Amino acid sequence: MTGKKPISRKTKNIIELTIMYLIIGIVFVIIAYPLLWAFGMSLNPSSNLYGASIIPENWSFTHYQWLFTDPRSNYLIWYRNTLIVAFSVSLIGTLLVGLTAYAFSRYRFKGRTYGIYAFLLLQMFPVLMAMVSLYILLNTINLLDTLLGLIIIYVGGNIPMNAFLVKGYFDTLPRELDESAKMDGAGHFRIFFQILLPLAKPILAVVALFNFMNPFMDYILPRIVLRSPENYTLALGLFNFVNDQFSNNFTRFAAGAILIAIPIATVYLFLQKYLISGLASGATKG
Amino acid sequence: MIPSLLEEGKALAIKKKQASVQKHEGPSHSNHNPKLAMLLSIIPGFGQIYNKRYVKGTLIFILFTAFLIVLFDYLQTGLQGLISLGEVERQDDSRLFLSHGILALILSVFFIIFYVINIQDARHDAVKIRNGWRVTGIMDGFRNAWDTGFPYVLVGPGLLLLIFVVLFPLLFMGFLAFTNYTLYNSPPRSLLDWVGFQNFINLFTIDEWRNTFVNVLSWTIVWTLVATTLSIAVAMFLAILTNDKRIRFKKFIRTIFILPWAVPGFVTIIIFSALFNDNFGAINADIIEPLFGTTIPWLTNATWTKIALIMIQVWLGFPYIYALFTGVLQGISNDWYEAAEMDGATRWQKFRNITFPHLMFATGPLLITQYTFNFNNFNIIFLFNGGGPPVRGQTAGATDILLSWIYNLTFSNSQFSMAAAISIILGIIVATFAFFQFRRSRSFKEEETY
Repeated sequence: MTGKKPISRKTKNIIELTIMYLIIGIVFVIIAYPLLWAFGMSLNPSSNLYGASIIPENWSFTHYQWLFTDPRSNYLIWYRNTLIVAFSVSLIGTLLVGLTAYAFSRYRFKGRTYGIYAFLLLQMFPVLMAMVSLYILLNTINLLDTLLGLIIIYVGGNIPMNAFLVKGYFDTLPRELDESAKMDGAGHFRIFFQILLPLAKPILAVVALFNFMNPFMDYILPRIVLRSPENYTLALGLFNFVNDQFSNNFTRFAAGAILIAIPIATVYLFLQKYLISGLASGATKG
Repeated sequence: MIPSLLEEGKALAIKKKQASVQKHEGPSHSNHNPKLAMLLSIIPGFGQIYNKRYVKGTLIFILFTAFLIVLFDYLQTGLQGLISLGEVERQDDSRLFLSHGILALILSVFFIIFYVINIQDARHDAVKIRNGWRVTGIMDGFRNAWDTGFPYVLVGPGLLLLIFVVLFPLLFMGFLAFTNYTLYNSPPRSLLDWVGFQNFINLFTIDEWRNTFVNVLSWTIVWTLVATTLSIAVAMFLAILTNDKRIRFKKFIRTIFILPWAVPGFVTIIIFSALFNDNFGAINADIIEPLFGTTIPWLTNATWTKIALIMIQVWLGFPYIYALFTGVLQGISNDWYEAAEMDGATRWQKFRNITFPHLMFATGPLLITQYTFNFNNFNIIFLFNGGGPPVRGQTAGATDILLSWIYNLTFSNSQFSMAAAISIILGIIVATFAFFQFRRSRSFKEEETY
């Protein structure tokens, strides 16, 4: 080895590392800029975006205050509505999905294969495609502009995909467990509730969490189903801040959006491992 | 623990076998006729009574009769309504006729399925009786029914909901595609008519529709391919970069990189659409103008809107793929690289022959779902610029994808039938894609080998 080579390798190493950190730094800026900008906007007391800078000169929490205290603000009602929908969808949806997945994973019954094909196919169609008919359907059964109507659509629409997620997980649990329980005289429901359900907790938690988060982020279905502002969910209400008169309410939207983005982002970052693996197993297992 | 359970299971299976052998040894009723049982079952329940299963037969008979008595009128008027779509103008709402018709159709299908099951059941039992099976008591019968029926009890509630929330609306939309439901011909003011494939013919023969369709479809495909592939490329690059041994604070860097995935998408897209605003957006005002002395028409020029959309989708879409890739990279054994280094492989060769195949093998199906996701990525198109800027002479904006075009046709232009027709085409594309994807996926293969 010559004396020169190690030095040049060392400098090469340093240059490479600098470039790498530089790239990481640029990506940091690109990721952070829009988020910080939105936070800056939410502190901007004027509602006008024109000439607004990312660090407002006379910053204040006016918009946050408005959301919570102004009599014209429905923010808290929207929060309550969203929580109602989220809890119901999470609870009912997960239970139904668990039962369906249990049947498909553990029983061989007539029509099972057709059922699986149908589920595979149905989960590919975006619910959005059938908007008109959902609207007319809810209209005929008088559930338009009610949270119940929204809950029903969320629960039903989520079944095919989630059922597959959970079925895939049930398939990995050894069948000998329920067979030995059956021998001990356990009934169908007992096997399900006392043996399989506790083992499937991780995947059920992922499904429940997704069901819970979705109403916080979806504005399009509520937009079709809900009409009166006191029935809005958060996402729809916020969306309307910017949808009605864009520049006028953007700062208020930013304030409201940050208040839902922070809890959701926290949950996602803390549970990322489970959420990502849940999503991943759902996609590979069908 | 498990092996002992297994043995117990085997022991049980053997016992069962012995039991069934004993049953077969009973006196055989070779004169019991399965065909007669089937024929009698044309009136539901009679076949079962012939099989001497009196309670079961009576129950089936009562259920079927009750179903017919209660629903016969509904089914008949429903199906007739589906054909006529209403007769009295301004009084009959064709949409109601259509939805009742579809419900009647679904109910009829169920009726036919149960009817066929009833006949098969009679035959099945009759064959068993002929082979010497003795009719069990009522309690045993009930327990049997509970055991075989249990999966249906489990699936039932979900299925019912699915029929109402997914199947019914899709059927409704499917039927709508063959009617003439437009802004000028909309119930309850006027009646709808069946027009056959006219909407599809119009879509491909009337210039305005055909051009729009071709434009939208080609942008949808370009959008799907470019936005997704770019996200994957960026994710792969960053994942390999941050997996380098020399990089420190990996955990912190990874958390920041996943941040865009954690923030609700609709919030970020609205923020971006304000950032990119032509007049007061920060990108023009704070970055482009000071640097280049000009502004870019992000929202009014079609090409720039497309570029902005793709950039934003990469921002939104890379973190999830990045997280997947990072997981895979951490799992690749170092031996591979050490062996490659001994052979004097270059960095590129190591990437091409070790890293890339590992990543693709582990995440292939997931990447395909990313493509399908972007194909129907309504949110970003709708929220960023509403599919705009508008294009003269067509009903879709320059950046509308199929799904957002359907949305606009329905909710802004009231072209319901055309929207439904395009939905069907979209559905066929999606279903074809799904078919090929699932044929390759694991669970499908497992299903087949069961």
